[in-house]
Amino acid sequence: MTDQLNRVAPPREQGTPTRPARPGRGEARFALFLLLPAAFVVFGVVVYPVVRTLVMSVLDVDGPLDDSTPFVGVSNYAEALADPGFWRAVWQTSYFSLTSIFFEIVFGVGIALLLNAPLRARWLFRAIVIVPWALPTIVSGAMWRYIFSGQYGALNALLTQVGLMDEYRSWLGADPFLALNMVIAADVWKNTSLVAFLLLAGLQNIPSDLYEAARIDGAGPIRSFFSITVPMLVPSIVIVLVLRTIDTVRIFDIVYIITGGGPASGTQTVAFYTYVRAFSDQRLGYGSALSYLVTAVVLVLSIVYLRTLRKRGALL
Amino acid sequence: MRYKIFIHAAAAFVSVVFLAPLAWLVLASVSEPRDLLARPLHWIPEHPTWSRYDAIANSGGSDVAGMFRQSMGNSVVVALGTVAVSMVVGVLGGYALARLRFRFRRSTMVAFLIAYMLPPIALLIPLYLVLTQLQLLDSKLGLIVVYTSFTTPFVLWIMTNQFLALPVELEEAARVDGCSRLGALVRVVLPVARPGLFATMMFTFLMSWDEFLYALIFTATPDAKTVPVAIAEFTGRYSADFGLVAAGGVLATLPPVLLALAFQRYVVDGLAAASVKG
Repeated sequence: MTDQLNRVAPPREQGTPTRPARPGRGEARFALFLLLPAAFVVFGVVVYPVVRTLVMSVLDVDGPLDDSTPFVGVSNYAEALADPGFWRAVWQTSYFSLTSIFFEIVFGVGIALLLNAPLRARWLFRAIVIVPWALPTIVSGAMWRYIFSGQYGALNALLTQVGLMDEYRSWLGADPFLALNMVIAADVWKNTSLVAFLLLAGLQNIPSDLYEAARIDGAGPIRSFFSITVPMLVPSIVIVLVLRTIDTVRIFDIVYIITGGGPASGTQTVAFYTYVRAFSDQRLGYGSALSYLVTAVVLVLSIVYLRTLRKRGALL
Repeated sequence: MRYKIFIHAAAAFVSVVFLAPLAWLVLASVSEPRDLLARPLHWIPEHPTWSRYDAIANSGGSDVAGMFRQSMGNSVVVALGTVAVSMVVGVLGGYALARLRFRFRRSTMVAFLIAYMLPPIALLIPLYLVLTQLQLLDSKLGLIVVYTSFTTPFVLWIMTNQFLALPVELEEAARVDGCSRLGALVRVVLPVARPGLFATMMFTFLMSWDEFLYALIFTATPDAKTVPVAIAEFTGRYSADFGLVAAGGVLATLPPVLLALAFQRYVVDGLAAASVKG
């Protein structure tokens, strides 16, 4: 409120001749001039493809050099909604999102608490937590692919040498559901760091006198975790939830490198399925329709996200 | 006291979980193929070999190792180009969004953020066709153009919040002294915002270094292939020698991890600014 008042009548403005009393045309023109390069490099690249994909999604396009691309209306979309392969990818993506985000938040809260705790060599612990986040996704994927390898993977070696397993088994090659869970495990390993850092930011915003007051009132550490930390972290958790959901809906690289979508298409996500239909099968029209369905989901989630941010007072 | 022991034990456990797979990656990169294929697995190589690193550093150029070295160079060029372009246009735009008042300011920011969140898979096919027409397919420049389109909204967003956090008086004083608005931005505001600038550059570098889907579709020859594409190819083609993939992986990991560690103070704040505040 006070901020608003200041903006209406800032007392020092009268003394500074370079600044007009209210936003004039000059200021707007200068803003346009400053924003134009950014708009050029972003929308110059993005706008045409967005429109072109929409157009292709109502055509029957088979291959990039297809000459006859008849208008087929919404039939690509109708086909998608009746396509068992698509629904299977939707189910697998949903399972992937829910499971990986659940574990990332549970582990992420724990690690955020540790990052915030009075550890000796705190900087070292923080550095270690940063590493999986900074590690390139493809390197992480290639690493886990070999760790999970059925013939000479490190996981098989570890489990048999410790005596938990009698013989090597195939983690990625036989059971589609097991393979999906292994990809999720790799994703959780990589992205828990990111979630922990996002939650740490929320944790640091909790005023310490709240804990002080709780202690005086006789609450133990567990009690104050559940009655102060968790409720105060809810806004950050919502942000993580939406942000990670957007990420997992778009997920492609980790699936590509660890399983290539297999076995029996059991680890295909919607983005991966779209890629296969559009590029391997060369059905560009159908692929465009699929990608628009993905886009619709992402846009809805983005709007939820931006609204959450606005509630938290971000400039929007 | 029990609490002290508990948190240190927990931190040690987390550290092991995070570092063990990476330690194995490093070990595998210096293990002989027969150690890697052995059952039971030889965790610690008896005779560590540097042959793969040696090959990547010194090979002639046309074999796998040479191709990998070239892809490292491509990734560096693409990442630096992307950082340079998106930082310049993003800082200018961010300044406008933070300091100037004009209609549609909020809508402008939202439009940029939506462009940022569009799934690459939806842009892939037309971009491929456009890049072909412009003869930018399979070129580093083409990748820079595409990458800049998604790093710029990110830079805009972070820099807007950075500028908003700085006191207006700072530049007003400079302008009273006769600086133009741009002069005040360059001479007064940017030096103060330096930590944020470095952090944003680091994030942008990491985003570009990590990108895979566009690079996979838009590059075909060693002239333009980036590190993630090279590693994905290794993984498919040389599945018998994990050591080679591991050596490539270790090298590909060094630039982003070293950068992140060098700027680790800013990682938490930067991520918070990038997502929690927006």
